[in-house]
Amino acid sequence: MSGLVAQRITFSQALVKTSRWWPVALIAMFVAAAIFAPLIAPYDPNAQNLVGRLKPPGTVSRTFHYWLGSDELGRDVLSRIIYGARISLTVAFASVILSGAVGVCLGMMAGYRRGWVEMVIMRVVDVFLSIPAILLAIITVAVLGPSLLNVILVLVLTRWPRYARVAYGQTLAVANMPYVRLSAFMGASATRVLLRHVLPNIIGAITVVATLEFGLMVLFEAGLSFLGLGVQPPTASWGAILSVGRNYLANAWWIATLPGACLFLLVLAINLIGDFVRDYLDPRIH
Amino acid sequence: MNAAEPVLAMRDVAIEIGGARVVDGVSITASAGRIVALVGESGCGKSLTALSILRLLPKAARFTGGTVELGGRVLSAMSEEQLAGVRGDEVAIIFQEPIASLNPLMRAGEQVEEALRLHRGLGSAEARREAIAMMTRVGISDAERRAEQYPFELSGGMCQRIMIAAALICRPKLLIADEPTTALDVTIQAQILDLMRDLRQSAGTAILVITHDMGVVADLADDVCIMYGGRIVESGPVDAIFEEPRHPYTKLLLATIPKLDGPRKVDLKTIAGVVPAAGTWPDGCRFRNRCPLADEACATVPPLVEVGPDHDTACWHSTRVAELA
Ligand SMILES: Nc1ncnc2c1ncn2[C@@H]1O[C@H](COP(=O)(O)OP(=O)(O)OP(=O)(O)O)[C@@H](O)[C@H]1O
Ligand SMILES: [Mg+2]
Repeated sequence: MSGLVAQRITFSQALVKTSRWWPVALIAMFVAAAIFAPLIAPYDPNAQNLVGRLKPPGTVSRTFHYWLGSDELGRDVLSRIIYGARISLTVAFASVILSGAVGVCLGMMAGYRRGWVEMVIMRVVDVFLSIPAILLAIITVAVLGPSLLNVILVLVLTRWPRYARVAYGQTLAVANMPYVRLSAFMGASATRVLLRHVLPNIIGAITVVATLEFGLMVLFEAGLSFLGLGVQPPTASWGAILSVGRNYLANAWWIATLPGACLFLLVLAINLIGDFVRDYLDPRIH
Repeated sequence: MNAAEPVLAMRDVAIEIGGARVVDGVSITASAGRIVALVGESGCGKSLTALSILRLLPKAARFTGGTVELGGRVLSAMSEEQLAGVRGDEVAIIFQEPIASLNPLMRAGEQVEEALRLHRGLGSAEARREAIAMMTRVGISDAERRAEQYPFELSGGMCQRIMIAAALICRPKLLIADEPTTALDVTIQAQILDLMRDLRQSAGTAILVITHDMGVVADLADDVCIMYGGRIVESGPVDAIFEEPRHPYTKLLLATIPKLDGPRKVDLKTIAGVVPAAGTWPDGCRFRNRCPLADEACATVPPLVEVGPDHDTACWHSTRVAELA
């Protein structure tokens, strides 16, 4: 009996241990694919082969061997996914980190400083939340023109208020704790109080938001590119492949499904890492 | 041990909340090596009085008069920056909420070091050495290991000691402790009281302890200030006050201490009537609507007058208090 229990515990412990590492490995793999795309991708992602259009995975046509099939222009889907990882990962990481940093800083300031600082920041948050992302995207593309950087800019501009809201609410609660007040009364600067006392206490909630946002950012990049703001065809991004592939779902499922599967795995891995990071930052759990 | 200059001298401090004088002309002196107890029912203004020393009043409250001096320097005239230098250094405060005063995500040692780092700018090795020495002094065994633990890994009494160690790390001249033992069980309560006694003796710290437990007062204090409705109604050496209370309120408060041969523990609420809400006190003596000795004279505010060595009371009928059962 006790042997059985012991065994079950070690088994679940082992499961927990491995489940901590495979998301990291998976993300490392995606990142490596993005960085070393020219070395890994079997073909030029933009090389067309009009004879070999919409071929299922495994087809050989002319000089191409389509491991994951071909798209509507006979381009190799595998190569496009590998190259697409560059755009998608860059946009997702950059926009989550930047909007998170901006949102958390402003949210903490609003929650800690209160008074007019709070009023100004939180009104700006309300205003930004009420501007449709599409409108902002169109204005940005009209003024600045399309580019990857502008995609990130638009995403940061539209997403930071979400972090700010969460950071603000959490800071309000933490800032009233006696240990925070005590530190401030002894002359600790606002920066010190926020970094030492407030941030560690709210980072868990922020991590949850960030992991949810991460998957959304990949999809939003596709949407913005579709509007003509982001990368222009024929440049590959997961979102772009997905949105074109949707049109061929009935007769060429692989075009949309495979980048979709990659996105799914990436988001899952990010979520698991998010959980892991949150637990790691909370001494009560590990 | 009456030093020429008291560590803390509060004179005629007044605090208003929404027009009501919730603290009205309070004067308290605390000398080095002495423990002064501030006693009174819930809501009588004890915490506000203590918080006003370091100008830590809540936003709603306004300091409207009086002075606070620390070793001859006027705290109430200092700038916010100057005062920040005093807080946690020369004057330490232990808040009423013990556990909430520790950051759940910081190791105990780091929290003890906080004041040292802010006020002395010590490096981490040096600060940690002092922190561990102080933790050992407040009775934490195995301090080196404890310093690495988080509050959730420590018992309530241990957390309280960590807080006390954090408060004492800069060797303050004055320690303000707002009900330091209310949340603790009796054994730990006794240990913490021992610790404060020891501190007073070995470090010569002046301690202002707030409580509504007359048992703690009898056990711990050298001097007592009894507060009612935002005013000090009686103050003096603990022996004098316990032997011969000269204010009816003090007399009634003392009757609430459980005695071995008397009836079982009687609650403070057994004083007839309830504490009027702040601002709804009667004119004149604020206790008169509950006082068995009250008459027309009490419609005038009684001044605090000396009735014995260092023993003051604010009652028109101080000579008749002994008649009360
Ligand atoms: N932040 C605040 N806003 C409004 N009123 C307050 C505030 N803090 C205290 N008061 C009022 O001031 C009066 C004195 O409060 P104080 O906290 O000093 O009482 P206390 O003697 O410490 O009571 P306790 O024994 O319950 O701690 C009370 O009537 C209380 O209602
Ligand atoms: Mg209080």
